[in-house]
This record gives sequence, C-alpha cells and structure tokens, in this order.
Amino acid sequence: MADLSVNFAGIKSPNPFWLASAPPTNMGSMVERAFDAGWGGAVWKTLGEPIVNVCSRLASIDMGPQRMMGLNNIELITDRPLDVNLREIRECKRKYPKNALIISLMVESKREAWHEIAKKVEDTGADGVELNFGCPHGMSERGMGAAMGQVPDYTCMVTEWVKEATKLPVIVKLTPNVTSILPPGRAAVKGGADALSLINTINSMMGVDLETMIPHPNVNGMAAHGGYCGPAVKPIALNMVSELARDPEVNIPISGIGGISTWRDAAEFLLLGATTVQVCTAVMHYGYRIVEDMIDGLSNYLDEKGFASVGDIIGMSTRRVTDWGNLDLHYKTVARIDHSLCIQCNLCHIACEDGAHQCVPLVEINGKRWPVVDEQECVGCNLCYLVCPSPGCISMVRLDDGSQPLTWREMTSRQPETMTGD
Amino acid sequence: MSQKSPITTQEIEHNFREIAPPLTEAEAIFEANRCVYCFDAPCTRACPTHIDVPAFIKKIASGNLLGSARVIFDANPIGATCARVCPVEALCEGACVENVLMDKPIEIGRLQRYATDYVMERGRDLFKAGEPNGKSAGIIGCGPAGISCATYLARLGYDVTIYDRKPLAGGLNTYGMAEYKMTQKVSTEEAAMAEHLGVKFKLNTEIGTDISLSDLESHHDAIFLGTGLGATGRLNIPGEDLQGVYDALDFIEKIKARDWANVPIGRTVAVIGAGNTAIDAVTQARRLGAERVLMIYRRSQKEMPAYEYEYELAKKDAVEFWWQTAPVEIMAGEDGSRVAALRCVRMELGEPDSSGRRSAQAIAGSEFDIPVDMVIKALGQQKMREFFGNVAGLKLDNSGRVIVNRETMQTDNPKYFAGGDCVNGGREAVDASQAGKLAAMGIHKALTGEQVEFAGARIPLLEETQDIKSH
Repeated sequence: MADLSVNFAGIKSPNPFWLASAPPTNMGSMVERAFDAGWGGAVWKTLGEPIVNVCSRLASIDMGPQRMMGLNNIELITDRPLDVNLREIRECKRKYPKNALIISLMVESKREAWHEIAKKVEDTGADGVELNFGCPHGMSERGMGAAMGQVPDYTCMVTEWVKEATKLPVIVKLTPNVTSILPPGRAAVKGGADALSLINTINSMMGVDLETMIPHPNVNGMAAHGGYCGPAVKPIALNMVSELARDPEVNIPISGIGGISTWRDAAEFLLLGATTVQVCTAVMHYGYRIVEDMIDGLSNYLDEKGFASVGDIIGMSTRRVTDWGNLDLHYKTVARIDHSLCIQCNLCHIACEDGAHQCVPLVEINGKRWPVVDEQECVGCNLCYLVCPSPGCISMVRLDDGSQPLTWREMTSRQPETMTGD
Repeated sequence: MSQKSPITTQEIEHNFREIAPPLTEAEAIFEANRCVYCFDAPCTRACPTHIDVPAFIKKIASGNLLGSARVIFDANPIGATCARVCPVEALCEGACVENVLMDKPIEIGRLQRYATDYVMERGRDLFKAGEPNGKSAGIIGCGPAGISCATYLARLGYDVTIYDRKPLAGGLNTYGMAEYKMTQKVSTEEAAMAEHLGVKFKLNTEIGTDISLSDLESHHDAIFLGTGLGATGRLNIPGEDLQGVYDALDFIEKIKARDWANVPIGRTVAVIGAGNTAIDAVTQARRLGAERVLMIYRRSQKEMPAYEYEYELAKKDAVEFWWQTAPVEIMAGEDGSRVAALRCVRMELGEPDSSGRRSAQAIAGSEFDIPVDMVIKALGQQKMREFFGNVAGLKLDNSGRVIVNRETMQTDNPKYFAGGDCVNGGREAVDASQAGKLAAMGIHKALTGEQVEFAGARIPLLEETQDIKSH
C-alpha cells in the first residue's frame, strides 16, 4: 500500500485529506469524530470575534436528480466564544497528536489583533494557522475575508503581521473572486506565507423561488449573495491551483480546495500541484465517512500506477499545462463511432449539427438511421464524444499527417504577417 | 341467474387495484432525468401517434407539466388512456435506447400518465376550438378513433357531433379495457375534453334505429366511421347458448361498472382463445375469485396472438394453459340449461396456413371432458358487413374491413371517412387514435382544400430531418 502521509510546509499529516474550515469543523467533538473516521487533518472553523448568523444560510443547485451540484452559504465565521474554541483545540490536539490541526483565523485589520490571536492559537499546540482572506460574504463587508484577499498589498501586510507573531506555519487562504489569482498568491509569498490554500467560495446568487420570487436562501423575504462551492466549482479551483503551481514566483506548498468529493477529484488536484486537499461540501452532503473511500481509492490508484508515495504524483501534471500559444496546431484527431455500441440516440448528430461543425450526419443503412462521422469535416472538437451516453462508443482517434509539431507562437515568429489571430 | 364470487367485495376491490400505480413526484423526476433526450427518437417513431416523447419527458424534468401534457394530447387525444393500456413493451418502451444501454427502458407509459394526470386532475383545457368554419361533421362511434377525429375537427372549427349506441362515451376504452389497467373515468374524461372543444355527444343513439344514415348525410358535410367491430365470433359448436356461456367483451363490460355483486363468475372458468382479450378475461376471472381458470387454445404457445408480457401476467395469476386443445361441445348439467363441462379435442399442428401460423388438426378419438361452470368466448370480433352494406359505394376488403385511402382515410364514398378497428381489423387504441387524426386532416382537405398537419401525423423523412437541422 502506497504511503499517503504528507509533510505540508512542516505540518505532518497521515494522509492528504483535510476538512476545510467550515461547519464540519465547527467544534472539538466534530473534529474528533472526523479524525476517528480517517481524516488526516482539519482546518478549524474560522476564529475571530464571535458573530451573529442569519437564518436561513444555505442554498444549492441540483443537476437532475443529483442534489447539491453546487452549494452556497451566507454563514459567517465561528459564533462560539474564542476561549471555548481554544480550549477544545488544545484538547483535540492532545488527543490526536498525529493528525494535522490547523486553525483558520480572521480578525479586524489591526496588527495587534492578528498578533494576539496568532499567539493564542500557538499556545494551544495546533500545527498551523490559515489566514481566511477569502470569505466573500458578510465578513468582507466589514473589511475582512475577501476584502483582504482582493488587495495584494493587504494580503502581504497581514501575512507579515502574523509571521511576526508566531513560529507556526502560516497558510494563506485565497479568494477566487479576483481577475487573476497570481497577484494575491505572489503577495502572500512576499509576506512570508509558508503555504497557500485555495479556493475559498465564489460570489454567487443561487436562484429564485419561482413561486414567491424571492431568491435563495430566503432571510425574511430578502437574500444576499453567498459563497459558492461544491462539485460545480472544481474546474475553477483546478485552474487557479495549477496557475499558482506552475508560477515560478510561487514556490510554496498548496492545499487544494473546491468541489473535491472523491479520491479521483483529490488525485487531480494533487497532479496539478496541490500537496493536500480540503473538503467541505461532500462532507456536508454525506458525512465524514466519505474519507474511507478517498483513502482507499487513492491508495489503490497509486499502487496500480506503481507509485510508492502520494508525494510522487504531486505536481506531475503541472508541466502538461501551458499557454494556448504553445499548443501543437498540427495535432489532429477525429471522432470514430463504433456502431456495435451505438444506441442510436443521435445526440452526437444533433450536438454536432447545432453545436459544432455539421460533420455527424445521419445515414440510412439497412433501413436504420446511423450517425456517421465525416472525417474530412471533423475538427476533432470532442463534443460528440462528450455527449455520447454509451461508454466506448465514440473514440477520438489521432489522425495527423505526421508533420512536426507547430505551435502558434512558432508560427507567428516565422510568418507574422500571415497570422491575424483567429 | 348469475353466479356469485366466493371472495368478498373487499378482496375483489383489492384484486382490481391498478397494476401500474401512478409515479410519485420523486419517481417521475428521477425517471424523466434518466431519459437521454434522443434526437429523431426511436420511441417517437415507434408510437403510432408519434408523440414527441423526449419533448414531453424533458418537460416533466423541467417541471413544465402543463406543457408536457399538451405535447402528449396534441399528438394523441386519448393520451391518458394510452398511458395505461398501450402495449408499451412492443411500442415506445420497446424501442427505447435504454434497452440497449441499461436493459431497462424509460417508463414512458407511466411518465405519460404522470403528465396527463396533472392536467386531468386540474381540468385544464389544453386546446381551443377553431373559429367556426361553417362545416359540419358526423362521427359514428365514440371510441378512440371517433374521439380523436372529433377533437382535431373541433380544433379546426368544425361543428362536430358524435353518435354512439352506448350510454357512456369512450367505446372500448370505456367498456373493453381490463379494469386493473384503467377505470372508465379516464376515457370518459378524455371525451369530456372533446366536449369542452364543442363536440356534441349523442349517446344511446343507434344508427339506423334512432337516426338514419340518410339523416346523417343531410346534416353533415362529412361522416367518419369509427364503429369498431361487431359481436364476438361464434364457436359454432353445440351448447354455445347455454347459461354460463359469455362473450369476453360482455364479461369485461360487466366488470367495468365495478358492481361486483352483479358480475357473473364461476368456480372453474374456461376461456376460449389466446389473444389479448382472452388474457384480459382469464386474469379478471381470477381476480373475481374463480378458483380455476383455463385458457383453451387450439394452437401452441408459439402461435399465441397475445403479447408476451400479457401472457406473463396470466401466468402470474396462476392461469392454466391448455395448448393444442379445441372445444367441440359445451355440455349442460342435469338441469339441461347450465354449463357443466367443456368437451375438448387434442390438436396437432401441420403446415403454416394463410395466416402464417401452423394449421391445427383435431386428433381423432382424443376427446375429453373438463368440468367447468363458466365458459368465456374470446374469439375476436366479427366485422360489421351488414351495417357497412347500408353505406352507398363503401367498399370492404375480403376480410370485411373498410377500404380507405391510407393518407386521407377517405372511403370509396367521398363523403365517408373511416378509421380504427373497422379499417385495420382490430388493433390498439393508439392505432385508432392516429387514424382519427389522419381522417380529420383528410376531411379538412376534402372540404376546404387546405392541407393541415397535426402533431405526429407522420415521421419526418430523413431528408426533412436533415433540412430542419441545416436551416
């Protein structure tokens, strides 16, 4: 069995699966149950000045019968007294010395406030702190959370303040609600951050109740934008993680967050540069027990691929991410349809006809209409392959002319006058 | 004198509960989302009325039940009946691509019921009557073909009157469907939908007795014959008129009123025939409390005309199948008037006959008697040659079916159009519904010269399918 243990900026964890700072890590008894279930680490629900929450707080988007493709919340940081949280953190760490216990922090933008809370946390024996510069709702209106993460100078400044006050590893949690993730990521590095975690939740309006015409979640007839998470946000998170992972200025570990529900999701984050992953929505949906298959599945995957340690795959796919201009313009694939597996739903036909390049006509063969790929016209876009419900029926087959790879960059540097940018 | 059931009314009610109960909201949403939304879908092609099945299912998934029901009724005015009685295994569900992918088709019939129930429970009108066009149509027969034809003509603005000899509208949908599949309420409410479009119903009206054909001809610009078929065929064996011998359709009609005390049922019931109506008779005889039910058929199981899943249903009901067995005499008991036994002869099968099925020959000396106290004849219905003989110029084929133009449903008498069982010799309600639709289009073309095309009138040709896409 592969070694799943990781060392994340000096924080040791028996596996890369951490609970994100959120309702599942609200208090000691919950975190302890999570560790019992197998979670390697947990990021405690953000400490700060206790707040008052509203009711209701959550809303979700479904995909057919699949509930909670995306979840949003307008809950704030912990509503429990600081001393109670600190006592439970100390107790939890004493009981679970081998698990990673990281404390999320958010206080007002004053040096003393950050110094004070960082010291108090260090005193509990916790393994590290995570600076919540990401919360996009409520707290940001008070100059905290995303209000910090959206201004690189603030990100750098507060990181420096915390580093002044504690020897604990400092993780900066970034908000995705920015034009580019690189400036805040680099600012955290500049401020001395030991690691980054991302993404926090995305600004979102979940929908409107068509009966009452009140948006979700309803707080006495009104609604406010909230933070979006869950499976739907995974691609956004993967992009931001991989951007930072391949940025030469960012040479610190990354904890990947965003829509991770299974070991497969986790493996993708690891391949794109995350050292640990953090999970929230899937646990809110199904409970702590999901970690069992995450551990089992990742371990089996590593064994089957011949890797001795989870560390061996971290960042392995990062080099496979590049800019568009570096992609090979000579690479050519076409769709092939295996009629023995075709169920004749014709989704490939209509998708190509109305959504792509009109190269999967229906052809009458022996009295039945079959989709057939016109390989001369096929641009290899993948759409038919993506919509086909029959596994293995459509495959994308490499069909280039054997010429040397040629990128747009190379092409424009040779013949700049012929390229007009399409 | 009718025979009484040995079981209680409560037990009978339980036995006649729906075999396909309505889907719950959760089931319907799950099932609707399972549909892959095929383009040029095989289910739509397989449906004789070509309902746009993926469209109505996706509307269920999107929560647009009114729109879903409109898609269904637009192509099939008896869509609620068909949702319950269609042989979906042989039609839409049999064609579903999920048979290949998952070995489990989408439950199209039950989803169709879910959407149609929604509007029928709320009494929502889905279509408007057309602006009156001053033309009048008379419809003979209030079965599926007649209701369908009347509905479309009313939507075009015709003044439509339906004539039927029965007290309730719906024809065989009302009087001939197995009670565990569908109650009379469904088909009578479908008739009410036609009534809301302005269709007039003259029930308890026998053509030739209560009103003459010539009266009809003078009242109406066009006449649609949706008469269905006639009485059940005779066995032509001794004892056929003894007490305790019933026509399957009469037997089923008695069940439809759910007046259980007055439904005749024996302890040992022999049903002659192996078509779908025979299955309806055996399964309902069991449900009424008959201790032993025998299905008597002169050929083998292979030649049985009933659908496979109907046969499975009868097997589940512990019906005994007597293959290669033919009745030769129905014998009375000591009273000389009531059925006491059925004398049968064993049959051997020879070469295929003109119907393509193997011919059956009696084996000499193989006679034997089965003690029974009820015999139900399910031999198929006869054609109404005599009635059609009264319509000038109407032509029938050798089997007694009305000959029509297959596109317009016009008969050789240009004023008369026809469709349903009287034309096709006896098929499904959904086939009759489609015939009614085509006839309405044919009548409109004949009377106004205008060609209209209702939803599902035909399957688009491949070239048209392509054209739709490229414009």
